[in-house]
Order: sequence, then C-alpha cells, then structure tokens
Amino acid sequence: MSEAPIKKVEGITKESTQAMIDHAMEIYPEKAKKKRAPHLAPNEGEGACVKSNRKTIPGIMSARGCAYAGAKGVVWGPIRDMVHVSHGPVGCGWYSWGTRRNLVTGVNGVSQFAMQFTSDFQEKDIVYGGDKKLKTLLNEAHELFPLAKGISVLSECPVGLIGDDINSVAKIASEELQIPVIPCNCEGFRGVSQSLGHHISNDTIRDHIIGTREFAEPAGPYDIALIGDYNIGGDVWSVKPLLEEIGLNVKAVWTGDGELEKIAATHTVKLNLIHCYRSMNYMCRVMEEKYGIPWLEFNFFGPTKIRESLRKIADFFDDSIKEKVEAAIAKYDPIMQAVIDEYRPRLEGKKVMLYVGGLRPRHTVNAYADLGMMVVGSGYEFAHGDDYERTSPEMPEATVIYDDASEHELEQFVDELRPDLVGSGIKEKYLFQKMGIPFRQMHSWDYSGPYHAYNGFPIFARDVDMAVNSPTWKLVKAPF
Amino acid sequence: MTAEAAVKYVTEIPEEEVKRVSEWINSEEYKEKNFARQALVINPPHACQPLGAELAAHGFEGTLPFVHGSQGCASYYRSTFNRHFREPAPAVSDSMTEDGAVFGGQNNLHEALENAYTIYKPKMMAVFTSCMPEVIGDDLTAFIKNARNKAIVPQDYPLPYANTPSFNGSHVHGYDAMLVSILQTLTEGKKIEGRCTGKLNLIPGFDCNTGNYREYKRILKEFGIPYTLLADISDTFDSPLDGTYRPYPGGTKLEDAADSINGKVTMTVGPYASAKTFTWIKDNYSGTHVSLPTPFGVTKTDALLMKLSELFGKPVPESLKAERGYAVDAMTDAHQYIHGKKFALYGDPDYLLGYISFLLEMGARPYHILCSKGTKKVEKEIQALLDSSPDGKGCKIYMGKDLWHMRSLLMTDPVDAMIGDTHGKFAARDANIPLFRFGFPVFDRVNLHRSPLIGYQGAINMLTAICNKFIEVRDETCEDRHFEMMR
Repeated sequence: MSEAPIKKVEGITKESTQAMIDHAMEIYPEKAKKKRAPHLAPNEGEGACVKSNRKTIPGIMSARGCAYAGAKGVVWGPIRDMVHVSHGPVGCGWYSWGTRRNLVTGVNGVSQFAMQFTSDFQEKDIVYGGDKKLKTLLNEAHELFPLAKGISVLSECPVGLIGDDINSVAKIASEELQIPVIPCNCEGFRGVSQSLGHHISNDTIRDHIIGTREFAEPAGPYDIALIGDYNIGGDVWSVKPLLEEIGLNVKAVWTGDGELEKIAATHTVKLNLIHCYRSMNYMCRVMEEKYGIPWLEFNFFGPTKIRESLRKIADFFDDSIKEKVEAAIAKYDPIMQAVIDEYRPRLEGKKVMLYVGGLRPRHTVNAYADLGMMVVGSGYEFAHGDDYERTSPEMPEATVIYDDASEHELEQFVDELRPDLVGSGIKEKYLFQKMGIPFRQMHSWDYSGPYHAYNGFPIFARDVDMAVNSPTWKLVKAPF
Repeated sequence: MTAEAAVKYVTEIPEEEVKRVSEWINSEEYKEKNFARQALVINPPHACQPLGAELAAHGFEGTLPFVHGSQGCASYYRSTFNRHFREPAPAVSDSMTEDGAVFGGQNNLHEALENAYTIYKPKMMAVFTSCMPEVIGDDLTAFIKNARNKAIVPQDYPLPYANTPSFNGSHVHGYDAMLVSILQTLTEGKKIEGRCTGKLNLIPGFDCNTGNYREYKRILKEFGIPYTLLADISDTFDSPLDGTYRPYPGGTKLEDAADSINGKVTMTVGPYASAKTFTWIKDNYSGTHVSLPTPFGVTKTDALLMKLSELFGKPVPESLKAERGYAVDAMTDAHQYIHGKKFALYGDPDYLLGYISFLLEMGARPYHILCSKGTKKVEKEIQALLDSSPDGKGCKIYMGKDLWHMRSLLMTDPVDAMIGDTHGKFAARDANIPLFRFGFPVFDRVNLHRSPLIGYQGAINMLTAICNKFIEVRDETCEDRHFEMMR
C-alpha cells in the first residue's frame, strides 16, 4: 500500500505542457498574456515554478473570492460559540450563509450560531456611518444570544470606504457586555484574494484572543492543538478521535467546530499540528515566537500520507506515543487496504486535475495515488510561493501548474488533457460535467465527507469511484 | 491584582443553561425581545441587488454578466446560481482593489472589458455594480463612453449598465435595474413608426424556476400567440449535457429584444420585480402594456388567459380549458388534505402573492406572511387578498422582518407547514413542520427548478407536493393502529 509518488506521466513533457499553456493564452490580449504567463508553468520538481499572490487580471473570469470570504467563510465563521456579524449590506453574509459546510455541534441559536447576522446597511448607513447601528446591534445580539461567548465584527467593503471606526465601537462594547467583541477589518477590496482575509483574521486572533484564557486543568505533555481544520463535512470529527487514539490531548481546534475560549488558551499547548498551512501558518508562527510552541505540518488525506504524518507526529513525543501510533497504523492499514482493494481496480491509471484552495491541490495528490490515480495538473486560487514550493515535489514531472487560473485556461487544459476526474469548486463543476468529465467539488466534498483521516478515506474513495464510474457518463452521447 | 487573579479559565456552557435558553427562545417573552430589534438582522431571506442584475443578464443571448466591483462579489453571485440550478453561470468582474478606492474603477473596467470581450466573445456584456464603486461614486456613464472612445469595444457594441447598490433594495430591484438598461440599450433607435411585430413581449420577473419559463412558452404556443420572452433564462440554466460546454446556451435573442419595442402587447407577470422596467416600457414601447400578477393558482391563471384572449382576439384554446379542468379536478380530489391547514410564508413579493392566492383557493390559511423587503403597496395588495376570502381572516403580515422573527412566530403560534426557500429549513426543523421549497434559492434538493409553479400545471405541482407531504407525515408519525392502506 505504500505508494511512492508518481513521477512521470506518459505523454507529458516540459515541451508539451508549455505548448498547451501557450495555446491557451493565444487568444489573450498582449497585456493579459504578459501578466498571465508567469502564473502558468510545467512542474519543475522543486521550488515555486509559478508566480502567485498577485492581483487578478480584470475580466479573466477568476474563481477567487475576497478578504471577507477568507475571514467569514474560513477563519472566523467556523467558531461555533460566537455570533459572527457580517457588517455592511445584506449580500455578503447571505452568500456565505451555510455554504462552506463547516459543521458545528450544539443547539442552533442557543449554543452555536451558524446563522446569518448582518447590519443590513441601507443608504443612510453609508451616508451617516454605521457605528451607531453597530453599537445597537451588538447589544441586541448579546441580549438575544446570552450564551454566545463572543462576537466577531467582519467588515464588508463599504465599512472601510466610509471610514467607520469599528475598532473603537468593538472595544467599548467588549467592556460593556463583558465578552470579547472582535473587530476584523476584512473588507473585500483588500488584498488580491481570500488569502489576506485569513491573514487579517489570524492577526485579530493574535491581537484580541490568544492568551486571554487558560485551561482549568493542569497542562499535560501530550497537549496539542489542531490548526487549520475547518470541519468540512465533519473532518474534525474524524481527525480528533485519531489524534486521541494515538495518545494526544486535542485541547483546541482552529477553527472547525471551534470554541472561542479554547482557542484563547491554545498558547499553553506543547505542539500545534497544522493541516491548512495557507490559512493559519501566521498564528503558528506567532505562537512559536511568543510562546515557543513548535508546529508541524501534516497531511491526513489517504493512508500513505496519514501513516507518514502519524510517524512524523510521533517523533515529537516519547515512546508511549510512538507505540500507539504504530498500533494505530497496524490497526487501520488492513482496513485501508480493503478499501484500496475494492476501488483501485476501477480507478487504476485514471487521470485527475485539481484546482482548489488552501492545501488540497497538494495534500490530496497522494490520496489519489493510493487509489492508483495520477494528478496531471494542479493549482490554487489564492496560494503563495511557499505553497507552490510544497506542491512541486508532490506532482509528477512537467505536469501543468496554474495559479489563479481563469475559466478559459482551465477549460483549455482539461480539453487537452482529458482527465477522468476534475476536482475543483462549484463554479467549475457544471462546466466540466457539460463536457462529459466527471467532477467532484473539492472545497465542500460535494456535500459528502469527511475526507480527512482514516474515517475519511473510505468515503473519499467511494465518492471518487462514484464520480468516475457513474453509468450516467455512458449516456452522454445519444445513439442517434 | 495578582497574576493568578487575572487568569480566566476556559468554561463550558452548563447543560442546564443550554436547556433553559433553548426553552426561552421559544417563548412569548423572547418573541417580544426579538421583535423589538432595531439594528440586528438575523437570517434575512433576501440577497442584494447585483444578484438579480446577474440573473437578468443571463437571460439574454450571448450575454456575459459583468460585475464592476470587488471580485469576491462575482464569485458569490455565480456560486449562488450554480448551487440553485446546478448549472454553469459564467460571469466576470473587474477585480477592483485598494487602488480602485483611491483612483476609481475606470482602469479596471476598461482592462476587464478588453479581456472579457476578447476571451469570452460575448455578444453583449451587461455591466452592474457591487458596493465599492457605488460608495466611491464611480461614473459608469462616463467610463463606458470612454471605453467606446478608446475603441476597447466597438462603438455599436451593446454595453448596458446599471447601478445596483447592495445597500438599497434587494435582488429583485437589481433585476429590474439591469433589465431596463438592457432593453433601453437594445431597443435604442429600433422603434419604427407603424411597425407592429404582432408579438407579445412577456416579462417573467425575478424567477429562478426554469420550468415556469417553459410553461409560459407552452401556454403561448397552445394559444398560437407569437411571443418574445424577455430575460429568458430557461435554456441558460437548464441546458443539455451532451459533451459540449456552451458558455451561452440560451437567452432571449438580441434582435428579438431589440424589436420588442414594436410589440403588439408588452406584459409583465412579475410586477414587483419589473416596476421600473414597466414604467419605462409604458413611455417607450408601442402597443398595449399590461401588468398582471404572477399566475399562481387557478384564478390568476384564468386572468392571464382571459387577458391574452382579449388582447389577441383568440379564444382560450380547448387544450388549456381542459388543463384548467384537470387542475380543478386535482384540487377537488386533494382539498381534504390541505383545507384549514395553516401556513407560514416568506419570499419575494411576486411569489408571495402567488402562494397566498393558491392557498386561499384551497381553503388553506396563509397564516404568517413575512416579506423581508417590500413596500406599503405590497402590504396593501396582500391585505386585499386576505380580505377577499374567509380563510384570510386572522392571517397576519410581517413586513421588513427576517427568518429569526419567523422562528419566533412558528414557536409561539404554530402552523402546519412553511413555504419558502432552503434558508427556512432551520426554523422549520425547530418547529417540526415541513418546508416547501417553492422559492429561491434551493440548495438542498434536486431538480425543483424544473417543475413549474405557474399556470394550471403549476397549481397541480404545488398541490401534489403539499398534500402528499402531509399524508407522508401522517404515515410516518401515526400509531400502528392508525397506519392504514388508504389515505
């Protein structure tokens, strides 16, 4: 079952990939071509082969979101015991309401608040400012949701443009209500993608949250925090039990099904385990510098990477953890092998193309390899150079890497490479299905999941098989 | 203060507190506090203007919706349509960022026009705004004029544009603003004195049920009335899967839209989503102008057919007369399963008025009627409908309220079912009642947008969904001794 990464794909060379890229860009106006060219390249095996984290070229049909999306959808939104206020007009909160699948425990409106709270700005709020309204609504939220542990105020575009001072309103409210009220200046026009929203949100956790609580029970040698798992389709509920099985105490989760006070007390753990590097490396670095907490990147997609990661984690701890890790691997390996035996014969040699967000364009590559599949193209909506550095070694030689791909580029690449599966987002899904190409949403697990850890892999394998081998694909071409 | 005294420990919410608050949020006392809210909006069922603008744009042949503003906005609108229709929704944005806030958005707009025009080869781009350019006061008229002068697009290239600020109105107003701009652009200089196309121009309004559009077309075909369905999204958002991706699979032909100004009759059946458009049409279009309510239920469908018959001098075709009979037959057969049942309703004004007519025809009670964005005029029309039937007595209208208010209503004054969209599912679950997803958006059921709600067929569809669900609930919840063969 131990899968060495696939290094070569028949028919794909540096030249063939570059020719495909050049062909895709043929119709671009000169300026757009010049700007896009550095973002598309054949994989060089090491280093970042593409430029990234640059402004999107206007009009190219990018899949990117905004800073607000990164703050509300990714970092803050999943914290279950807080009221998250989308501060500004009604739309942003409405579109991001329940559309990321970060599942939560608790009673809706009582102990968890996966709802849409907004200040619903009207013309007069733009003209006269929204600070007064914000003050009133914070009081109302506290009164109607007394068990909420805190409130985040997530700014939408107009707030920053009209010069509201949400920071001072939040500060006063925090004192009056005796709960943390966190202002987050994540207006959608800031930065080039959702990535800045992650960073800004990390900074607000640093400035307002971390270190403000302590765990009541004494610290232990196996206390860890799970960072960058957002509980999509219940991922955290698959990962946490596995970490506990190997003897670790998961003291806090950032931020899937997360709890504010536990996040606030994370500065006392012994190790931070980070899954989504892109969205939360910032706070790992802060905790390392300020509290001396080491951090470790891991990958819980597919048995090969899970095994590798468990052993890497064990290296941080004593023999008792190492033994439990080996016991867990011994226990799950045969179960995973049975999954592979079932699905691999139907998936062997199939090609996959990925275009997703934070970690999946690299982290899932080997999970497909576990099923005998190879990834022949990969890219990110909002990655930085360090993400591409981490991606190169995972991908086969000379396969195409794309940063902030336009819909046109993706369509061209898929048309040329004719993969057996595309894993991307909702905006891409139906385009490729119309082309007759099987597709899975790899942001939301396509309303399935979890995909993380040992409980996730059988579901992942089943879903991939279901997409690739659905008999409906045979009906696409009419017999007449 | 010692360091120790300053330590705040992690606390758990005690179980009994969760239990207490769980009960409290269902109480009259809570409802009062909830309804006293002045600033906080919780679970509003409406979206912002640009979403509606995008829908209108998708309704025209070869048209690329174009968002002037932040790129995240475009991604949100597109995803919403992708999820509801399970179809592609290509649209671009000009990705304004911080420098746009300082210098204005003209450079972004021009660069995006050039790129989108070249790459996606649209026949028309429909430009609409999200918050940022609205707040900083971008002058779209000048920007578009400059784009033509700089030859970024040909002089005669159709570039309708609409201001659709998100801090005003809702998605239905954005639909209206974009639609009127598209029609103004396409019909400019096309009015020919004395010409009459002989056609009906039909405006469906903000309607995300592709089945409705096809049903309108079928009815008109039965009648033998030539028509132009304006902003026809049916083929855009219900396109075949045959191995080819077509970015613009449908929409009203641009030349038909252009010639619509010479129409025989122009009719809106989504009056609250096309108020501005209709006002402009009255002043500019030839022929007769008619505004009718969205034809939900038998009475409103009758009104539509009679109007068509009158205006086009054609008798109501036998086939539609028969359909009316089928619908009335189905309603009579099923009335016992719905008569007297109380419903909670929410949605856009046109749909909401439709639900109410239909329910009253069935002897059901539209008991809690919530309209999160609507005018006094809407309220008055709803009240008049309620007053027209004994079953409307005691039913209440809640204007400008949200789904958290609705939850309080459901918990303190229970009903048998709710009609709305996916967003109501949490309140419906708490109240343990079925939710009928006739509205927009539907994110959690498949294919509902293909099943028409308008016309006689729509009445049968709504009736079937509702009555069978009530019967199913009875089957699923009754005691064994009451579980029987027939229902």
